[in-house]
Amino acid sequence: MTKKDNTIFSAGMKLADMLDINPGLLSLLLRVGISFGFGDETVEEVCLRSGLNVNTFLLICNVYTFDGYRPGAALMHKAEPGDIVKYLHKSHDYYLHMADESLLTALEKAVEPCDEKRKWMIRKFFKDYREELAKHFEYEEKVVFPYVESVLGHKASPDYNILQYEENHSNVEEKLSDLKSIVMKYLPRECSDHDIFQVLFMIYALEDDLRKHTFIEDDILVPIVNRLEENEKE
Amino acid sequence: MLLIEPSAVIARGLESVFAGQGEFEVCGILSDLSHSSEARIRNMAPDVMIVDPVVFDYSTRAAAKSYLSELSSAMTVGLRTTLLDDGSFKQYDEVIGLYEEPAAIVRKLRGAVESRQDAPRSEGEELSSREKEILVCVAKGMLNKEIADAYNISIYTVITHRKNITRKTGIKTVAGLTVYALLNNLIDINSFE
Repeated sequence: MTKKDNTIFSAGMKLADMLDINPGLLSLLLRVGISFGFGDETVEEVCLRSGLNVNTFLLICNVYTFDGYRPGAALMHKAEPGDIVKYLHKSHDYYLHMADESLLTALEKAVEPCDEKRKWMIRKFFKDYREELAKHFEYEEKVVFPYVESVLGHKASPDYNILQYEENHSNVEEKLSDLKSIVMKYLPRECSDHDIFQVLFMIYALEDDLRKHTFIEDDILVPIVNRLEENEKE
Repeated sequence: MLLIEPSAVIARGLESVFAGQGEFEVCGILSDLSHSSEARIRNMAPDVMIVDPVVFDYSTRAAAKSYLSELSSAMTVGLRTTLLDDGSFKQYDEVIGLYEEPAAIVRKLRGAVESRQDAPRSEGEELSSREKEILVCVAKGMLNKEIADAYNISIYTVITHRKNITRKTGIKTVAGLTVYALLNNLIDINSFE
């Protein structure tokens, strides 16, 4: 491993200890298919039992834990692109079904004291944001992920290239950031501080998660697949 | 621009370099930071201060920036004339050296001034009445061209207003601005249902 991969996380440490260091990793477990009840097993043991490449898991955990972390070539080489796709796919489910559902519930509660037209407007804004997010994920699900699978199976179509997959999350990010400004600064005074806090807390967590997710797509999956494409040509 | 530099040779040299390049004008030169110098900085209100950290003694050098910011809100640029540790320069908005090309120095200063203008200002700001009018148009879905025509202003003015609205409210998207306008009673929901 290169120096930058030499974080405090290692395959030999207990998974429980790792989660203790960064509880933010808890929501990842669901997405990579690790169930609780892992006792005192090490990261490597849990991954092996869950059918997950341990290097991929460490890489994702590093991204989620250390700001500005960039994996070295060696770790990138050892990571399993199929597992990265699995994480990305499960993350889409997580955002659209779990995170957004709870955010909507919290938002509804926060805007409860508003009059009907304001409620309608805020709901509409949230609905637009969600549609945008879903549309964006759909492209990845229908075009990008199947393409990655085909590269892994050495059956890649020569018409597509992973570099064509130019990420554009900016609309989604802008809308979420606008929602944050609106909720933080401009909701009527009747709204409960506690409810507003809950919403903001969720938005910040979601924003952060989406940023990490984008990083894993653009700066990890894309270069790995691109390297495989190059190898295929030779 | 204000130069704070003990060496008259260097100060005059820089002054003539800037005169030759245009764009930045030296409005004063101070050789030290005495009480009378402090008063002059306050009066002059420069946009940029170019400071040679040797004017500070060792014990105050590290806090140079906070000292200067009390005198003026100007951008501070460190001038590297002697071998000082990099730590002394970290606090400045930009650092220039004696051996740099004049054009490169001007480029650096320009970059620093621009990035400073882009940075969000700290004071809380209400939207002006013109900005509110423009915001209502944006919320109603009018295009920049249509807004420009309606108020008889240039499209660039509309864009500037929109930038300021976004900077002040922290809201970028049209949908978000519409929600903002409604929450602040600037529009009626019936106007675009």
